[in-house]
Formats: sequence, structure tokens, C-alpha cells
Amino acid sequence: MAILVDERTRVLVQGITGREGRARARLMREYGTKVVAGCTPGRGGETVDGTPVYDTVLEAVEASGGIDASVIFVPAPLVKDAALESIAAGIALTVLVGDRVPVWDVLETARAAERAGVDFLGPNTLGVLSVGRGVLGMIGGRAESARSWFKAGGVGVASRSGGMTSSTGYYLSRSGIGLSTLVHVGGDGIVGLPLPAVVRLFEADPDTRCIAIFGEIGGSQEERIAEMMASGEVTKPVVAFIGGRAATQGVRFSHAGAIVEGGRGTHAGKVAALREAGATVVDAFDDLPGAVAKVLEG
Amino acid sequence: MARLAEFQGKQVLRGAGIAVPRGELARSAEAAAAVAGRLGDTVVIKAQAWTTSRKAQGLVRFADSAAAASEAAAAILAARAGGFPVAEVLVEERVAIATERYAGIIIDDRRRRPVLLVSARGGSGIEETAREHPESVAELPLDAVEGLARHAARELWRRVGVHGEEQRHLAEACVRLAAVARAVEARAAEVNPLVFTADGRAVALDCRITVDDAAVFRHPELGIDVARELGHPPTPLERIAWEVEKDDYRGTFYFLQMRDACERGTRVVAFHGAGGGGSMMGMDALARHGFAVANFCDTSGNPPASKVYRAARILLSQPGVDGYFGTGSGVASQEQFHSARGLVKAFLEEPLAVPAVVRLGGNGEEKAIEILTGYTKALGVPVECYGKDTPVDACAARLAALVAAAAPPAPRPPRREPAPAERPYTFASPTGAITYDHAVCARCESKACVAACVPQILELSGDGVPVLKVTGEEAARGRCTECLACEVDCRALGAGGGHVALAIAGLPEYRRERGLG
Repeated sequence: MAILVDERTRVLVQGITGREGRARARLMREYGTKVVAGCTPGRGGETVDGTPVYDTVLEAVEASGGIDASVIFVPAPLVKDAALESIAAGIALTVLVGDRVPVWDVLETARAAERAGVDFLGPNTLGVLSVGRGVLGMIGGRAESARSWFKAGGVGVASRSGGMTSSTGYYLSRSGIGLSTLVHVGGDGIVGLPLPAVVRLFEADPDTRCIAIFGEIGGSQEERIAEMMASGEVTKPVVAFIGGRAATQGVRFSHAGAIVEGGRGTHAGKVAALREAGATVVDAFDDLPGAVAKVLEG
Repeated sequence: MARLAEFQGKQVLRGAGIAVPRGELARSAEAAAAVAGRLGDTVVIKAQAWTTSRKAQGLVRFADSAAAASEAAAAILAARAGGFPVAEVLVEERVAIATERYAGIIIDDRRRRPVLLVSARGGSGIEETAREHPESVAELPLDAVEGLARHAARELWRRVGVHGEEQRHLAEACVRLAAVARAVEARAAEVNPLVFTADGRAVALDCRITVDDAAVFRHPELGIDVARELGHPPTPLERIAWEVEKDDYRGTFYFLQMRDACERGTRVVAFHGAGGGGSMMGMDALARHGFAVANFCDTSGNPPASKVYRAARILLSQPGVDGYFGTGSGVASQEQFHSARGLVKAFLEEPLAVPAVVRLGGNGEEKAIEILTGYTKALGVPVECYGKDTPVDACAARLAALVAAAAPPAPRPPRREPAPAERPYTFASPTGAITYDHAVCARCESKACVAACVPQILELSGDGVPVLKVTGEEAARGRCTECLACEVDCRALGAGGGHVALAIAGLPEYRRERGLG
């Protein structure tokens, strides 16, 4: 099972002829992901490392016999158009890797996705990786690193930080705790699949027994998980670490989403909400594997 | 800064057809008096500073004559707001207020939509009002493309008890506010108070508009010079850092200062993070070990070594730090030896005079550790580097031990300048210039540069010195990735004939003014 991506997912890479697109398509393929097509307007007919390139997304869908997910590697100002094209073609999941995508572009993308009944991950995401099955985006950087860092098992990882997604996965694996899927929801304030949406998917996934969260100050994603736990919508154990305890209010610490405004989204508020709802929240990140092990034993 | 000052925000509102008081900006008491004379009658003088409760801090004053305006402006201009001096005041006509309301467009992360928020009680903070008088607050999610319908705005005001002519005028102001929020790509556009005047007009008495940092490039008309939310006006060093980042799209460099100045022996360190989450975790670990940070910094997203070098030079231009601490998530997807080379070049040039602990876990970490620790041995201060299997708290503890054991600071050694080349061979890199002194290269036995060059654009010429095997234009356009190996590895393993000149606009002047050499 796992969530969002597995060995059967048929993948399109938008911007495959660019430096990043080409390199990340290779990583995805080498990890075992089915990359079946690429799209770059004006470059239809070419191939990139054997993958056929099409002018439009719909053409790629028709020619390849179906696409389940599209991963977009284009510069930030062009992300919205690429995403709207993928959504218009009815692709069930679009991954927006680009950093610094303007927030009103994301709002427009969200509106289109909502109307089309499809999902998107990101922007500003490293992507998603189901251990031993497939990867969308660039988690691991190299396929051999991804294979050596992440071991298969029953813990789902969801994080607001890209580096910490890999980090959480690595430290759990090193402690002998295997993983189902790792998801980086993106560092921005407005994202397609926020932590609560990913937690909902893990709740429904029979392969996932426990959910590990790397949260951050700002926004309301962690508080919403607490609400879902309190209402009984989430029954699987949740273990979390929240970054940004030392952060100052009103200052943005590089992630667009990591800002405390008007007293909302504070570190203390998130920790309290999650603990009250029954989650285990560790004060030091290094304590996370131990806490997950304890939850899995009990 | 992506937060517009009140005066600038009001210009934007006026352009969208929302009434604001007549007024002008003044930078001195005399100028304020002159504006007051032109406006006539009673004026309001307001500090242009992004801080709450200006009135309570004496940063908003009334005056009924030019002389009184001069006095009030002088007092405000002598004050500090949020730890920084007040440089400008806004002098405005005083408006006859009938009622004070609130209206704001904010972006709601739950609904992933813009939301119009209104309150019948203006003046104080909206969060406080919502807590204490929830019946006076109402909100309406908007369509990001279609914006706000006039009838919906009227209905929203009715729900909080505003009726008749006032309802009609406030609704019209909200329709325009929603349009202007979208037009300038605001993350928040708040008018507080939005007043209804005795003569029947809706007027924006104060406003806070925050433009999305990522959209600033599409809005040259706003004249935003530093697209960063800093919480204070940009410092000279933050401006220098922004110049480095602005046009260099390779990776991210984020820098902000947490304090004006720091003093040796007070456990304040220069902080060099990589990745937002890992950086925040690193700062938290430092805090647990009794350190404060002079700055926040994040170089991530696979930046070239040249960007990491420039970041490190800027960080080291903060005198008075007791140490240098770097960390990311610990398990980075990017190749970490690029960061290592950037740090080595900066540390050797400065030269570094305080202990450094850097955690460079992730891809290529073995090589990164070898470069950073191996090539900095001559510095005379400890430089330690760790990989993914050393937790961040252990690294912070190492720094604490090194700082405690550090000898009192020696007199600052001079900055290391490269000697002029005898037989220079020079080409341009994307943001700098690379020179090999072929007189030195001819004596070099290792020719380490050719093997170490990451993009492999060097070869040995017939007489055994390094030359480009691509054209100079290709190198300048990006074939040279500024990996810095041809200087850093050359200095450690070769004869030292390679030098990469990477200018940082404004930094030499900044350092000279402060006696930093």
C-alpha cells in the first residue's frame, strides 16, 4: 500500500529537459519509479534518457496511456501555469517542487485543484518517497542514498521541512524502525496537502501503524491534527517534534510558513494542543526515534 | 522590506480609490512644521515604524499649530521603536471620526483562500477583539480569482451590526481593499481603524500591508528594496546579504540579524544554518547550551560554494561573536562538499579567530568533513566538522566546550590578500573571476585543480599549466559552477596558484567603516 506513490504509479515530469528535471527524473527512475513521459512546451518529439517528451500534458497523458502523478521542475514564476496544465489534464496528484512560488499563484492552483477534484503536494517540497517502491521529487538526492538511508516498515513520516524529512527517516531507520512513506508537505504557508491531509491518508493506510511528524511554528497544521485526534478521526499513534521554540514573533525564519503572527501558531500552543489530544511530543529531536519505538512496543 | 510602511500603504490604498487622510512624510521637525502649515488646522504626527500600540509609546501625537507640530515631531524622531531609531514621521490632517471599524484581507491556511475579516470595533488588535467581543467580528472566505462581490460585503457588515449609509460606504471600501490585496499580492492587507467620518465618508486611518516576499519581483512599482520580513528596518549587513541573493537563483541565502552588536565573552555565536527546519532545530540546540545567536542564516537548496562563501564572509563581519556554528537537517540531499569549500575559503581569508563547529551531514559528507577539517589546520583555532551520525545537541555541546577552552582573543591577524600574479591566466565565472598564476602552476607537482574541478572544465596545457577546455564565455555562462575547488584544493594540495575573486558589493566599505580590515 503506502500512500501517494508506489511501484505502479505512472509519472510525468514537467520541465524534464531542464537541468533539475533531467537529474531528478534519473533519481526517480533509478529508485524504481515508473517515469513514463516528460513535458516541455516546444520540445515535443525529443527524448531525455530514453523518456519521450511531449509539448503538452494532455498529449503526454494520451500518448502514454495514462498518468497518475506529475512532478514539476520549472522556475518559480512558471510553476502556476505548469500546475494548472496538469490539473486541467485531470492528473490525480501534482507535485510542485519549486521554491519561492508566489502565494497568490498557489491560491489559484488550489482553487483549480479543488474544482477538478485532484490533489497537489507543495510548493517548495522535496516530494514523497514510499520506501522501496517509488519517489516523486528529490528525497534522498541520489537513489543509492535513498536506498541506504530509509528502511521499509510501518511508520509514516510527514514533515514541513525538506531536510528534516530525510533526517527523520534516516534516524528512525538507523534505530531499526522501518518506514512506509515519507512526505514533505512543503515549507510554505499555503500548501496543497498539508500535514492533516497526509495524516488522514496514513490513517487509512494499512501499512502504516504510527505517524511521525516534524512540525514547525506558524500556521495551524499541527493544531488541526490535534483536532482530528480529539474527534476520533485519527486513531493511530502520533509522535511529533515541533521546531522553532527559540524563534521570535513576527520574524520569518526562511520557510514562508514559519512565522508567528498575532500570537497564533506558537511553539507552546502547538505542543500543548497535540499533547492534550494524546500525541507524544518530544522536546529534543534526537528523542524522536526512542519515543516512536516506545509507542510501537506499547 | 516586504512590509509597507503606513505612508506607502496609504499611497497604495489611495491609488485603489480608498480615501485616506491628506498628509506628507517628514524626516525633520522643520519639515513636519512646514507640512502642518500647509495642511492647516489640527494635525496628527505618526512615527513610521512597524510596531503595535504606537499611541501608548508616544509615537502618535496631535498638534494644533506649526510650532506644536515641530515639537511633537522632534520628540518622535528622537525616540526608538522596536529597538531601532525612528527616521520618518507622517504628518496628516485630523479627521472627524463618527465610528471606528476594522477591515482586513488575510490568507487563511486552513481554507487556502483569501478571507475578508471585518469588525464593528476598530482600533485595537483584531485577535484581541475576536477573543473579547466575538459577536462584533465576521469573516467571509473569498474566491482567489473572482474577488469580493459588493452584496456579500454589505451582508457581512450587516452581520456585525453596521447599517444604512455607513454599511454601503464600508462595503465599497472592502471591495476595493480585496482588489488591491490581490493586485499587490499581499499576504495581509489590514485597515485599522477604518473610520466612518462625521461628514459621511469611509477613510482608512491606518493600514498594514505585507506583500508576499516571493512576489516582490513582479512589483517594481512598490520600490521594495529588501524582500524579506525581518521585523525591523534592514540593517546595512542585511542589505549587503540581500544584494548577494537577489540575482543569484542558485540555491537560497537567507540572512537576518538578531541584534545590533555583540560582545566577546557573552556566548553569542554566528549561526550558519542549511534548510529552514534544520536551522531552527540548530538554533534551539544552541539555546539549550546557553548560546544566543547573532544572526539567522540559511544557505540551502543546493547553492554553489561561492554563495556559501559569501554568506560566511558576511557572518564573519559581525565582530564580537564567540564562535561559529553551522548545521542543517543532518541528512541533506545536496552534496555537502560544496558548502565545505565555501567555508574553507571564507575561514582562511578572514582569518577565523574563534572556534567553529559545523555539522555537514548528508550526501558527500565524508569528503566535506575531510575538506573542512583538513584544509583549516593552519588557522590556530579549532574547526570541527561532523556528519549525520552526530546529533545536533552533541555539536552544540562541542562548541560549548571549545568556547570555554578558547584562549583569550589574540590581536586580529591581517586579512589574507592574494599576491599579484606573475603570469596571470584569468577567466570570468558567473559571479566572479578566476585567476591562475601560471608561474606558480608551472612549479606545482600535484596539479590538484584539474582533478578537483567539479564540472571538469580544466585541462593541462602543453607546458603543464591549467587552462579551460571550454570557452571563456561558456565558463562565465555557467559551465564554471564556482565549486571553488581550483582555489581551495590548490591551496591545500598544490602550489597555491589558483585564486577565485568573489566580490561582495558593499562589504569592504562596511568593514572599513567598522575597523574590521
